[in-house]
Amino acid sequence: MKNSKKNNRREFLKTAGATAVGVAALSGSAFAIGEHFISSKETKTHPEDLKAVRWGMVINTKKLNEEVIHAITTACHTKHNVPDCQMFKEPATKKEHHEIKWIWEEHYHNAFAPDVEEFLSKKLEHTPFLVLCNQCQNPPCVQACPTKATFKRPDGIVLMDFHRCIGCRFCMAACPYGSRSFNFQDPRNGLPNRQPTNPAFPTRMKGVVEKCNFCAERLAIGKKPYCEEVSKGAIVCGDLGDEKSEVRRLLEENNAITRKTSLGTGPSVFYIV
Amino acid sequence: MNEKIKIIAGVVIFAVIFTCPLWINMGKANEAPVPVLSEKAKAAKTCILPKDEMRAKHMQILDGWRNSVVRDGQRIHIVKDADGKEKEYDMSLSNTCLECHTNKAEFCDKCHNYASVNPYCWDCHVDPNAKKEASL
Repeated sequence: MKNSKKNNRREFLKTAGATAVGVAALSGSAFAIGEHFISSKETKTHPEDLKAVRWGMVINTKKLNEEVIHAITTACHTKHNVPDCQMFKEPATKKEHHEIKWIWEEHYHNAFAPDVEEFLSKKLEHTPFLVLCNQCQNPPCVQACPTKATFKRPDGIVLMDFHRCIGCRFCMAACPYGSRSFNFQDPRNGLPNRQPTNPAFPTRMKGVVEKCNFCAERLAIGKKPYCEEVSKGAIVCGDLGDEKSEVRRLLEENNAITRKTSLGTGPSVFYIV
Repeated sequence: MNEKIKIIAGVVIFAVIFTCPLWINMGKANEAPVPVLSEKAKAAKTCILPKDEMRAKHMQILDGWRNSVVRDGQRIHIVKDADGKEKEYDMSLSNTCLECHTNKAEFCDKCHNYASVNPYCWDCHVDPNAKKEASL
């Protein structure tokens, strides 16, 4: 009796195992369900698509002033439909003030904490810095994201697929630079008349995280990022992997620092001080 | 025997009540809406695929577009038309689809509402024509 029971169990497990293998084989790769791709034979990039081994940015803080900073943040935020945090305060929405930002001004002792010396030069203490996503070589946000909504492109840009973001905010906890913002409410509430400031670019929706995308949509059509365009030479974007590039020349000729270098994230945004 | 009659009566009453939505609404089905083509779409004559295929597969195509653009950085879709000629399309919902299909309400929403599907495209993607109307 005992024996036959054992055999039954054995038989059952065998059949169950064989069925599972059969089902898996028939349905193909299970993770592909619900995802559709256009064959790479049917797609191509724009002829003027800007390519790089590793995209990076050099910010010359000597050329930054209030006027330039305002022009840069305004250009970036209006062109990417980033909501204006001031508008969230309006009585109509009755929501607490919260901020969405892609690029913003920060003081040296905040941007470079905790590696700040005790006695700073007056100049350094009062120089405005612009901070944004560092497009890390070794991005902690990508490791933290459970849905692969944040991923690193082969050219070094850390990009978000907003379609996949589930709003868990692990990436925000992982990012040591505070480069990411969460949409606690419909971001269109923070846009004038709830209309996008740039209709050619999407807005985001409530419940997703957002950050600087290194103007991937512009590089794809052969244009440099908006911030560089209006920076009057304070920002230069280029290929850190190309020795002859403008950014590499600037880094060779000047003293440049990165934020929280000791963490090993490998930031691609350099500051000339 | 009495129980048999009760049971049959009960089953019949149950069947009638259970199926009443079907026979009450018989013949009253709303006509399936026909999407209205904008002038621009009519002038273009062909979409990226023949009409029937677009009707059946547009959601898969859009899903493929978004994956190609965001994940692979490929922004142009090359499609062969009926004559074997290659045509290129910028893979963008707002800037390509709605450029031609300028009437989102009549073209997209009509059928989506009828079929009770709520694609969340428009939570983020912008209808460029709505903007124009609003500012006029």
